[in-house]
Amino acid sequence: MFSHGFMSFAAIGITVACLLIMGTFTLVAVNANAMLEDMEAQNQMLAFVDKSLSEVEARALEKKLMEIPNVAKVTFISNEEAAAAFRSRYEDDELFQGLPDENFRHRFAVDLKDIGYMSKTKAEIEAIAGIGDGNVSAYEDEAAGFITIRNVAGIVCAVLIAVLFVVSVFIIANTIKLTTFDRRDEIAIMKMVGATNGFIRWPFVYEGFLLGLFSAVIGFFLQWALYEAVARSVAANDTINLINMVPFSDMRFYVAVIFAAAGMLIGVGGSLSAIRRFLQV
Amino acid sequence: MIRLTDVVKEYPNGTHALNGLSMEIQDGEFVFMVGPSGSGKSTVIKLLIGEIEPSEGRVMVNGFSLRNIKEWQIPHMRRTVGVIFQDFRLIETKSVYDNMVFAMRAVGAGPREIKKRIPYCLHLVGLENKSRRLPSELSGGEQQRVAIARALLNNPSTIIADEPTGNLDPARSLEIMRLLERINALGTTVLVVTHEKDLVNRFDKRVIMLEQGRVVSDGRGYYGRKF
Repeated sequence: MFSHGFMSFAAIGITVACLLIMGTFTLVAVNANAMLEDMEAQNQMLAFVDKSLSEVEARALEKKLMEIPNVAKVTFISNEEAAAAFRSRYEDDELFQGLPDENFRHRFAVDLKDIGYMSKTKAEIEAIAGIGDGNVSAYEDEAAGFITIRNVAGIVCAVLIAVLFVVSVFIIANTIKLTTFDRRDEIAIMKMVGATNGFIRWPFVYEGFLLGLFSAVIGFFLQWALYEAVARSVAANDTINLINMVPFSDMRFYVAVIFAAAGMLIGVGGSLSAIRRFLQV
Repeated sequence: MIRLTDVVKEYPNGTHALNGLSMEIQDGEFVFMVGPSGSGKSTVIKLLIGEIEPSEGRVMVNGFSLRNIKEWQIPHMRRTVGVIFQDFRLIETKSVYDNMVFAMRAVGAGPREIKKRIPYCLHLVGLENKSRRLPSELSGGEQQRVAIARALLNNPSTIIADEPTGNLDPARSLEIMRLLERINALGTTVLVVTHEKDLVNRFDKRVIMLEQGRVVSDGRGYYGRKF
């Protein structure tokens, strides 16, 4: 096993590096997604009800709002509640304390299922009689920004994973090719005496499998250490400590399984590609 | 039995190695195949061990048709044929015994079979006392005898020897030919490809002569043609 010490070391090193880069980008994407989901959960639209409608009439609109497919939740806020919230927010400012409740309108806080459809949902809400055009406030630009970040992160992640996967397979394949080249006489003898392709192939596949598995184990622990270090730095930093990173322990099992699967796939794929040419006779 | 019928072999570079070659070797025969360089001898050997396929015609080896043989059948066909080469093809880092073990394990033999078969084959070639030696510690003739013993491990019905004496002096060459003759006497078909006419002339055996990818003569003894 591992007949070419330096090349095996290089193959493990490169595969670990590839797994780390793949893992890091995936974990960044996971964290970005978690943050986006948090933001989505907090992202509400406010639909203001026409002033001419009484509270009972306004409350009746809730049913119509819930009929819109992208609406997850609707909370009615009466003008009195809105006024009270406003006054408590500006309790130090006497000017606002005297504002009458009638100056405020009844409104609905609307939670969406998917902020990607915010504009469409806004238009649908504005089409309801009793709410009307221009009476829905929504952070469309911010939502579009989040979506763009998520999509770009996803594409970059997928492209990097694909490229690094191919690079890793190529490097493992070259390492195994050296071994097969070294053992070409033995392979020729095995074929001459009637060994099956499977018999000839398995030691090389086993070597590739072990190279991939070793890389995965080393990569997993390095990834863990790296992630914890970054999480500690983020927590300690005054500027960015608001970012809430997903604890590694929540993802440990999945990371281990994905690293093991990717490592073994890279190792076995590399070996099979290296040995194929030798078995063509 | 070996049978080639109207075999044509054209290589991808356009070289016509065989041009309608036909020949038949019965079970238990001892045959020399002779001919000048480029006559198609090596191509015949490659065909017989399934390294290449014929472009046209039929090749039958011990019941296997090599024209449309499935890839998974090739190893099983090869187990019926023992091959010996001029350069011995032994693993230099393994002892004689381990070379034999390596060959037997490659075909899935178990420890009991290995323990039984290897001493028998080494005894047949007279090397039972040198089983722990490395190939580099043996003479050329002894190395070729190891290669013969290895070829016999699977108990093949046919031995194909490609220039088996090419690296040996006349005395050692004669020893190897006598050994092959003994193996033939035990019932194994032997096909020896050679260009050493003196050696061929010392044995009264069937000689097939090839020229330009065809059989130009086939009979007992050496016909004195130049090759």
